[in-house]
Amino acid sequence: MGQTMIEKIMQQHSDEDAEPGKIIWIGIDVRSARDFGGANVVKNMNTYYPGEKVNDRSKTYFTFDCNVPANTIAYANNQHICRKYAKEQDVRVYDVDAGIGSHVMIEEGLLAPGETGVGTDSHLNILGAIGAFGQGMGDQDIAFVFKAGKTWFEVPETVRIDVEGDLPANCTARDLTLKTVGTLGTKTALGKAQEFFGPSIDKLDLSGRITLASMATEMSSIIALLQPNDLVLKECGEARGSPVQGIAPDADAVYSGNVTVDIDGLKPQISRPGKPHDVVDVETVNDVQVDSVFIGSCTNGRYEDIKAAADVVKGKRIKPGVFGSVVPATRRGYIRLMKEGVLETLMDAGFLISNPGCGGCASGQIGMTGEGQVQVSTSNRNFTGKQGAGFTYLASPETAAASALLGRIATKEEVV
Amino acid sequence: MTVYKGRIWLIFEDGQLMDDIDTDMIYHNKYLAITDKSQMGQYTFDNLKGYEDFAKKAQPQDIVIVGANFGSGSSRQQAVDCFDNLGVTCILANSYGAIYKRNAINSGYPILTIKELDISALSTGDIVSIDTDSGTMEKDGLVIGRTMPLSTVQKDILAAGNVFEYAKGL
Repeated sequence: MGQTMIEKIMQQHSDEDAEPGKIIWIGIDVRSARDFGGANVVKNMNTYYPGEKVNDRSKTYFTFDCNVPANTIAYANNQHICRKYAKEQDVRVYDVDAGIGSHVMIEEGLLAPGETGVGTDSHLNILGAIGAFGQGMGDQDIAFVFKAGKTWFEVPETVRIDVEGDLPANCTARDLTLKTVGTLGTKTALGKAQEFFGPSIDKLDLSGRITLASMATEMSSIIALLQPNDLVLKECGEARGSPVQGIAPDADAVYSGNVTVDIDGLKPQISRPGKPHDVVDVETVNDVQVDSVFIGSCTNGRYEDIKAAADVVKGKRIKPGVFGSVVPATRRGYIRLMKEGVLETLMDAGFLISNPGCGGCASGQIGMTGEGQVQVSTSNRNFTGKQGAGFTYLASPETAAASALLGRIATKEEVV
Repeated sequence: MTVYKGRIWLIFEDGQLMDDIDTDMIYHNKYLAITDKSQMGQYTFDNLKGYEDFAKKAQPQDIVIVGANFGSGSSRQQAVDCFDNLGVTCILANSYGAIYKRNAINSGYPILTIKELDISALSTGDIVSIDTDSGTMEKDGLVIGRTMPLSTVQKDILAAGNVFEYAKGL
């Protein structure tokens, strides 16, 4: 019987048969902890494995991205606990200047297609963008993997998602992603892997793939796996410094369900406050006044995303009274955006630019919303209270940029 | 035989068990820097509309009953540990977010999944007992629901205490 991508990856990392529903032990290629959860991982290590070494220091990392640099003493303490432990263990730290851990892993080639990685980031399944298995976990789970180098998994069933039609020119990978999240909701793929197929998926660049894979979590899915195309393999190979192999499902792989998402004639999409899957056409809410805009996060914080926002605002000014912020995902992305003048374009338009990291998503690093405040954000979650006391809409960098210019929710076509 | 018995909380929204309760509603991100479990319970559900005072009213041995996709969202272990700190016996849900499920199982905290439940027969404050082997839920000696069987790994980790103890025996 043929295997889906998740079954293949798990099979290649286990001595047992990777059949859906079965619990098997899987070797983990990259084990990581962030500043969020990291201190608890260290605490667990010291409690359960006092004086012992991690299983493999060359596969173990700390990545600080949640609160960078720390703006509370508690976070500063937690980061320093991780640094001291990393020094004792001779483990590499991607410190507060590096950017979002999952993005750093892809850029640095720590993970390649077909490999496995875990960390204390619920969006680590973003690695599905390169056809790798990534999984966010709690601090006990991660401590266990630091020591054991492997862990148990229930092999998930896989839902096949066929995206039909071509992505219209006025839409982006984010609109495709939101359409998918709106279609599947939180229950269709709950606890399952997803595999995406279709001509528009084949064409997605790595940036667009990251956007799509990043919202598997909001669909309650274990991971959204995408079969790497030649461009992705080239980029991953360059990151690693040696060629990498692709991964694909078998032609006779068995799926537990099929969902079709039709994107012909798609219009720009937006999630209304409270629920990422409460998705509507942008034009149905374009009378909503906007107070602030955030462009960044692991979903839309790549060079390509921020460049797209800059192209919308070039030569224009954001509406007086609207606060706009931009947070590149990584240091590398930041440098490229700086060298190419993209950050200058955004600053000229009135945006604040912050250092790389999780920025507007976690811990209110670059500001939270006050009561009644309306925000358009390119992040992936808008749960009540997450980003403050206000109301957060989720949309593409283009929609966010256009909304900043007009001071109300708008598509880029309304300003270009 | 494992039996969990306690006073129940039905977490409702519009008369139904609430779905999609995420980790920010269970244990808000503003408390994430806390690493001491004994400090976590007091913040449980303080960002969940209608249940902000849950931590003040919850008593040891209580059982929390919720809808589908409980614990979706972030990977924070605190969203499990806060219930343990309050002494809440177990959680019963229609389904769980994947990371939440792992966190609970690995830390040896009992979470159970509803197979069928007659919520019209129940009110918050009722005393219910759940036999995890037979999967029956009873109130006043009458069966009012069933739970899904625990997986082998969950049973074994619960018996060992947590994943660290469990792994020693492998």
